Amino acid sequence: MEKKELLVVDGLKQYFPIKGGFLGRTVNHVKAVDDISFTIHEGETVSIVGESGCGKSTTGRAILRLEEPTEGKVVFNGEDLTKLPKGEMRKHRKDLQIIFQDPYASINPRQTVSDVLNEAMEIQKVVPKKERRDRIIELLETVGLNAAQADRYPHEFSGGQRQRIGIARALSVNPKLIICDEAVSALDVSIQAQVLNLLDELQDEYNLTYLFISHDLGVVRHISDRVIVMYVGKIVEIGDKHSIFDNPKHPYTKALLSAIPVPDPDRERNHIVLRGDVPSPIDPPSGCRFHTRCPFAQEKCRVDVPELVRHDGMQEGHEAACHFVEEIERGEVKPKELQVTTF
Amino acid sequence: MVETILDVRDLRTSFYTDEGEVKAVDGVSFSVPKGKTIGIVGESGSGKSITSLSILRLLASNGKVVGGEVRFKGDNLLAYSEKKMRSLRGNKISMIFQEPMTSLNPVFTVGQQISETLIEHQGMSKKAAMAKSVDLLKLVGIPSPDKRVKQYPYELSGGMRQRVMIAIALACNPEILIADEPTTALDVTIQAQILGLIRDLQQRMGMSVVLITHDLGVVAETCDYVAVMYAGQVVEYSDVRTLFRKPKHPYTVGLLKSLPRPDEDQEKLIPIHGTVPSPLHMPVGCRFNPRCPAATDLCREKLPDLFDDGEGNQVRCWIYNEQWPGEKEVDVFGEERTARC
Amino acid sequence: MTKYIIRRLLQTIPVLIGVSILVFSLMHLIPGDPAQIIAGEGAPEKTVEQIRERLGLNEPIHKQYLNYMSGVVQGDLGNSVRSGRPVVDEIKTRFWVTLELATYATILAVFIGLMAGIISAVRHYTFTDTAIMIVALFGLSMPNFWLGLVLIDWFAIGGDWLPAWAKLRPSGWGDSWRQVVLPVITLGTGGAAIIARMTRSSMLEVIGQDYIRTARAKGLTDRVITYRHALKNALIPVVTVVGLEFGGFLGGAVLTETIFAINGMGRLTVQAINTRDFPIVQGAVLVISVLFVFVNLIVDISYKLLNKRIDLG
Repeated sequence: MEKKELLVVDGLKQYFPIKGGFLGRTVNHVKAVDDISFTIHEGETVSIVGESGCGKSTTGRAILRLEEPTEGKVVFNGEDLTKLPKGEMRKHRKDLQIIFQDPYASINPRQTVSDVLNEAMEIQKVVPKKERRDRIIELLETVGLNAAQADRYPHEFSGGQRQRIGIARALSVNPKLIICDEAVSALDVSIQAQVLNLLDELQDEYNLTYLFISHDLGVVRHISDRVIVMYVGKIVEIGDKHSIFDNPKHPYTKALLSAIPVPDPDRERNHIVLRGDVPSPIDPPSGCRFHTRCPFAQEKCRVDVPELVRHDGMQEGHEAACHFVEEIERGEVKPKELQVTTF
Repeated sequence: MVETILDVRDLRTSFYTDEGEVKAVDGVSFSVPKGKTIGIVGESGSGKSITSLSILRLLASNGKVVGGEVRFKGDNLLAYSEKKMRSLRGNKISMIFQEPMTSLNPVFTVGQQISETLIEHQGMSKKAAMAKSVDLLKLVGIPSPDKRVKQYPYELSGGMRQRVMIAIALACNPEILIADEPTTALDVTIQAQILGLIRDLQQRMGMSVVLITHDLGVVAETCDYVAVMYAGQVVEYSDVRTLFRKPKHPYTVGLLKSLPRPDEDQEKLIPIHGTVPSPLHMPVGCRFNPRCPAATDLCREKLPDLFDDGEGNQVRCWIYNEQWPGEKEVDVFGEERTARC
Repeated sequence: MTKYIIRRLLQTIPVLIGVSILVFSLMHLIPGDPAQIIAGEGAPEKTVEQIRERLGLNEPIHKQYLNYMSGVVQGDLGNSVRSGRPVVDEIKTRFWVTLELATYATILAVFIGLMAGIISAVRHYTFTDTAIMIVALFGLSMPNFWLGLVLIDWFAIGGDWLPAWAKLRPSGWGDSWRQVVLPVITLGTGGAAIIARMTRSSMLEVIGQDYIRTARAKGLTDRVITYRHALKNALIPVVTVVGLEFGGFLGGAVLTETIFAINGMGRLTVQAINTRDFPIVQGAVLVISVLFVFVNLIVDISYKLLNKRIDLG
């Protein structure tokens, strides 16, 4: 059965102007997100992974129009959010919620937990006033807190508990899609597992859809159905979890996965080392943006921008933006210098 | 038997705050064999960074080492005069930190910051030190070092700055390098570069490395021995294979069970319920007992020592002691452990 | 860097034009007809008209401004309506006196302020720190004129150790440094207190930075860490304050000069205002303003030199 498309991002661009010069003119742009498209189906978890500056967080914020996208469509439930007037957009916010890395920064320290949740419900008018207290307690219990904690202030909670409050706030308006922007990154492993399990359970219970933005590939492998790999504002590879983790095709995805230290002392420890730093999104490299660090780079990579396509030997829905996927696979294009390290 | 270069015994460090004495480190013991890498792993608040700062006596002014010993080649560093200690820092024992962006002084050039150490400890002239700085930058893999040496930190990326920090630390051929979360602030591909570099230089120079980290993946791949810390104490010390294959302490078991793995699928994570105790209100008995699925009355009453298993591995848990009052087969986060009794 | 300095210099041009317009129009917005005042009350209309014509006051205001400015760029600020001497000559001798007073006060403020601030920061939360900060608070809250009077009472009248009156020589101060002491202390104390507090908080912030920990981990001595690593960073915000203080001293010299009867710019201005000698007032304010603009320029440039992190583009 074909699943319903909940969110369609089409040709999304997010450029931030750089002011400078004598009169503060716009001298250049940070091309944080540069023409990306993907679809999220109802009830699934899609992750965006990548290193700093790849545009993963900007994508999440652009979908919610926390910053107005420069170009492109964000179609949610059949409606293009980028075309909506501000007031209309506010109504749609109840369907799309976001959880941040540091929930403390987005919670007013002078509000109790119950105030925080009450306010969220008030704005979206989802629950009648007299039922709200019951709903608050229900929500707290759903996220693993208890009714007695409703009247406490944020600073009385630990990091993990605050993230639960953030989740409760997102849930309070019955959203369809929750964007988790590095939502578990700041948590310790033992607490992180608690929150990941909670997100899992809530998804089953409320048929939630997650867009999970993270740099932690362990977490991504655990929680995702499908994975999007971004590099300097572009999608380099997209596919279901197993395609990406077990059968990566793009040289960047391969290097990224190979760079993760694995908690197994007996595993083979060969890591592909990428030369240099991630390029700046202000002046991204021409052609394929990865060509400056790619061990397989050819002349063509410097000139032509590769399309995101499905190549031979790739499953349905698995696409990579590389000119030479098949040639590399067949060993016809060899790495010029493939540096490998053990550490 | 490999020679032990650094031996930390029952280290205790307290901070004196408005709310009272905070025992940040309260019973830490481990040893560092010469030329090996030892990992100190723990979650936030476990006291792992304070441990590393205590070894070099670099604590903030309200912190104090209140007990224990830190033996470097037999000498107790805690008994050293400040002057003698200073001649050791950056010379025999060096340290690098988590935040490469803020760990370098913004108003001095890279070269000035490297040569400073050489001038201080080796009495080099300014010119000779600057020349050596260029060599060191080359050693840590910085391209066009003679240009970089004149640059200021803001002109360098995070990965580059961490390389500069390593160059500073290695300037005087130290015997021990303490690395406090050296790659936590870096992207994973840059982390691979830096960890590879440290390993490479360690093999070339034969130094020992103390790696403080929260990342079990990094521990598995880089360390020979591991000390697991929880609430200011070492709860388990063993070689790296034993730790990952057959962890003993329930906390270590729980930590590994709750870790989402990048290399294999897991149906469900098994979290450790509850939270880390506040250092102002430590539980009586074993500090892990409120979160431990196997806790008994003994665990709630009496703090266990670090028990030796006779093979050089140690664990701070009653299960592995004759006094254990519970069952012989103990279920710890879904794994069976056999009690000593 | 040169590019930055040139750009910064160019930027001062509009500022200076703005200042001159402001100063010029202020004088003309003040009620009262200068020609009438010069001619004296009850003077015949004809005399007033003549004076007006002589001074060019009957021309449209923008023309007056341009006339004035064309004089200014040639170093002619007009003539005093009282003495008839060129304003430039009147100001010249007084200017150096005030500049010297402000310079000495700044040196005193920087010296004492830095010392006190550093000691306080290095020994923070000790008795020394508290004592220094209490003294600084006194220095800050004491009005200039009161401090001046107290100093005169103690040292000049009570003890007769130091002279209360600073006599003016054409070239500057009197022969003896003793004449300088009291006015400089009077003017500089408040600034010293501000610099001390600023240095302390700036040092404390810097001492908590990661790179200070790095410096300690290198095995450097406390001396090197404090004076090389910490101070250079801590000075960055202090430089701005010093510059502002110097500017403040130039303007603030009015009171001190009055109390100690020093013939500086401040006293000259006050006298000129009392006697409605508008060309003098105009000239004095203009000179002080221009000086202030250039002090700011120097502060900005040294700020850049100290703080290499700021983008020079």
